[in-house]
Amino acid sequence: MNALLLATLLVPLAGIAVLYLIPGATAERVATRLGFYAGAVVLALTIALACLFDYTKTGYQGRVDWNWVPALHIRFQLGVDGISLPLVLLTALLSALCFFYSIRHAPEGGSQKAYTALLLTLEIGMLGTFLAADLILFFIFFEIVLLPMWALIATWGSGDAKAAATKFILYTLLGSAVMVVGFLVVFAYTDSFDLAWLTAHARTDVPKGAALTAFALIGLGFAVKTPMFPLHTWLPDAHTAAPTTGSVLLAGVLLKMGTYGFVRIAVPVLPQAAPTYAPALAAFGVVGVIYGSLACLAIVRKPDGDLKRLIAYSSIGHMGFVLLGIGSLTTVGMNAALFASVAHGLITGLLFFLVGGLKVRLHSARLDDIGRALYRKAPKYGVLLAFAAMASLGLPGLAGFWGEVLALFSAIRPGSGLTQGSYIAMAAIAAAGLVLTATYLLAVVRRVCMGPPATAGESAGDSTVTELTAVETATWTPLVLLTLATGLWPALLLGITNPAVRVLMKGV
Amino acid sequence: MTVASLVQNISYAQIAAPLVVAGGALAVLITELFLPPRFKQAVSWLSLAVLAGAAAPDLALWPGRTRGTFCMPPSVINVSSLSPIPKNLPGSCSYVADRFTLLFQFIALAGAFVVVLMSVSSMKRDRVPTGEYHFLLLSSVAGVLVLAGSRDLISLTIALETVSLPAFALVGLKRWSGRSSEAALKFFLVSVASTAVMLFGISLVYGATGNVHFGPVALHLAQPLTGPVRHLVYLGVGLTLVGFAFKVSAVPFHFWTPDTYAGAPVPIAAYLSVVSKAAGFAGLILLTGTAFSPLLNKTGPLLAVLAALTMSIGNLVALRQTDAVRLLAWSTIGQAGYILVPLAAHDPQSYSKHVDASIAYLIMYAAMNLGAFAVVHSVRSTSLEAYRGLAKTRPLASAALAFFLLCLAGLPPGVMGLFAKVAVFGAAAGSHLVWLAVVMAVNVVIALYYYLSWTARLFATPGELTASVGRSPTTLRFAIGLTVLVAVVFSVWPQPALGAF
Repeated sequence: MNALLLATLLVPLAGIAVLYLIPGATAERVATRLGFYAGAVVLALTIALACLFDYTKTGYQGRVDWNWVPALHIRFQLGVDGISLPLVLLTALLSALCFFYSIRHAPEGGSQKAYTALLLTLEIGMLGTFLAADLILFFIFFEIVLLPMWALIATWGSGDAKAAATKFILYTLLGSAVMVVGFLVVFAYTDSFDLAWLTAHARTDVPKGAALTAFALIGLGFAVKTPMFPLHTWLPDAHTAAPTTGSVLLAGVLLKMGTYGFVRIAVPVLPQAAPTYAPALAAFGVVGVIYGSLACLAIVRKPDGDLKRLIAYSSIGHMGFVLLGIGSLTTVGMNAALFASVAHGLITGLLFFLVGGLKVRLHSARLDDIGRALYRKAPKYGVLLAFAAMASLGLPGLAGFWGEVLALFSAIRPGSGLTQGSYIAMAAIAAAGLVLTATYLLAVVRRVCMGPPATAGESAGDSTVTELTAVETATWTPLVLLTLATGLWPALLLGITNPAVRVLMKGV
Repeated sequence: MTVASLVQNISYAQIAAPLVVAGGALAVLITELFLPPRFKQAVSWLSLAVLAGAAAPDLALWPGRTRGTFCMPPSVINVSSLSPIPKNLPGSCSYVADRFTLLFQFIALAGAFVVVLMSVSSMKRDRVPTGEYHFLLLSSVAGVLVLAGSRDLISLTIALETVSLPAFALVGLKRWSGRSSEAALKFFLVSVASTAVMLFGISLVYGATGNVHFGPVALHLAQPLTGPVRHLVYLGVGLTLVGFAFKVSAVPFHFWTPDTYAGAPVPIAAYLSVVSKAAGFAGLILLTGTAFSPLLNKTGPLLAVLAALTMSIGNLVALRQTDAVRLLAWSTIGQAGYILVPLAAHDPQSYSKHVDASIAYLIMYAAMNLGAFAVVHSVRSTSLEAYRGLAKTRPLASAALAFFLLCLAGLPPGVMGLFAKVAVFGAAAGSHLVWLAVVMAVNVVIALYYYLSWTARLFATPGELTASVGRSPTTLRFAIGLTVLVAVVFSVWPQPALGAF
């Protein structure tokens, strides 16, 4: 199992090496296919990891542990447990699907070799973030993600891509730079970056005052990444500008690095400080839910509203529920946060793929250009879009439902030291947000899928949308199936996360 | 007091490195006189040999058991104002070859080695007199080597002057260029003023303590200071530190830096930004860590403010630069701010625990900054627009520059810079200077903007102003390759740099 963990990081690295060792022209031709092979191998490795994983045990499994930089007490430690395993699987799946999709639909605007290499680097960073069991190693992987994503948006993006990419990287770097200062405040009192050790000991070793400082700094870093209202402003621009695969990975995986950080590091390592900030996290989360929904409603009512931008704002809303779950400081809440994260990764990944497909066909994702009556023009496409929208609005039986409902439940009975009254109020507001979410998503379905096709006088020729291609069907089917599976049988996911969450939350 | 007790033992093994370089400097100057013009290039090889040769005795002394030479017997130490007189008087040697000294000597020798490699191919182009150039460079290096080992205020001052005086001439060596002369003059005036200020400070410290050796000075400063002497001491310590603040171009003593770097030959700018700056930091660390260590609660806050100002102003002004060398000049000011952070600790425990972060940062900074200057030197044009789309014509040099810039920014793949920053962040957090760490975090983001926009420019579509240069000369490529190698090794295995001190 140790070898498996290392291999998941080394296979993409080997892919990059091969890309740059074979002659340039050949590399350019086979780049995306090579990327897919690497991605598929990683996916197979993570599935093997899931098969070998002992679900009865808690704590890290398959530990790699090297004394990397003794001078700074940094160890190269990898491990996987019930909290990281679902996210690792999600990352490997979405990456493999992005590579597969890119074989036919690689974005134009730059070399495919560079594009594939960047995606592979991105995959290393994402997987490493979830596998790292040492704070500084976590931070390094957290940072590895930034540059490839920046380059993807800046080079292959559309619209004002450069500015969006720069905003993205400056914002998130500010977050992570502040975050590492927080880590080092913890280190100043514990002399350790070992996550497992810190989870057990930091609560007694770090005095309350320092813990409050450290939590604020670390939490700020994760809040930017998640993103938490009002630190979200980088997200809509980045998503709108990014190429399809960039948006999918940005929404599907990168945002989860923030919530994962809260669940894995901020709350369990500094439980003495968590109750102070938890109400703020929950409250900002709820504001995010309402704000995101209202922004989406505004976009759907505008004729030139951008569908990509709408999904980006809906992400802020969904991540608001995740923050509410974390802010409750309960086992249920943490499970809800993880469930909602995975569900959001599947559903929003699918939504961005679908809108990306429309953008390939119509060279625009504006509602006006997409037109109406998708059901008539491309029935399968329309149904799939409606399905994704239903999943996103939290229809029972689909993945989106459980995470958000559990988050609401957790807020009704928050952890000790938190005022129940205010949490119930927040849950009520968030529930109203759930209705708003349904409103705008149904509005999208009505606006795009239904209605009569535009008549001659109404606009200058309505768009034609071709039906799903084979590649698209193959790419999106796994996402649809998993959305159904986790929705119908939530124990599939909760069974993995719950034991690990229980252990982490023991002292909170 | 007998005459015999004043005769000092000289351990030539310990001072071998500066002796070799100083002797080498003279040898280079004389050899060049007798070489026919065709072979004048050979002087460069002689310089390289001297620098490599000087590393040998240092290697033999490693790992630096504390040794000293030019020592004063305890009987002549001025203890008149001490009560009670301590039993074991501290060492009062003028030159000590301990781990700290050897480390800074290695940095200086390696840095100068790369600088000489950079300049081999450009001497003719820049119309710089070969013999004088190498003589002055080696003389200045000899000063750095002595400075790292000096343990009394007078040796420190003389060594610092030995670093600076040849440097003025080096900056102005492009005699045909008005900018070069202007740069030299500016550098000269500012340096002389700072030296005067520093000498005044040192004289006050001497007046108050009656000693010049660091150990006894610290002993006196550790006494409770009372009366008007107290103010004299504070003023003296402050002014002495200001002298070194000029040397490391800490804000507000930085004004000479951009103009001087831009006017000087690029290898000399690299030399000033790495080797000469390292000398300044060696002096600062020696003073704050030993001679003035009892006053850390006073110097710490001073340096903390200095560090915050230095990094903030350096990075903010760097944002507006359109010239590669000027941008690097402001970036080195910003970087100097980071190196100052661990020295800002307010108490001796934190200071001695975290001073290694400064040294580690300096080692890594030397590699990445020299590398960046080497690539800039190879491109020959210093306008940032010349770098647009350079990756198309010079993929390897562009990749190297991108790597160095990301190292300076501290963003993977430049993991080396990230480690260096983590070490400094750790020092700040460990010394309970969280506010300074947060200021630094904001600065890292500001700096990222200009490093990244330069990197992005490398990979953009070439424009009209893109530099069109062919392959660089072998020596220059070797210099770049050497710095890349060091940077890559430290990125994968940073332990040697981080655990050096």
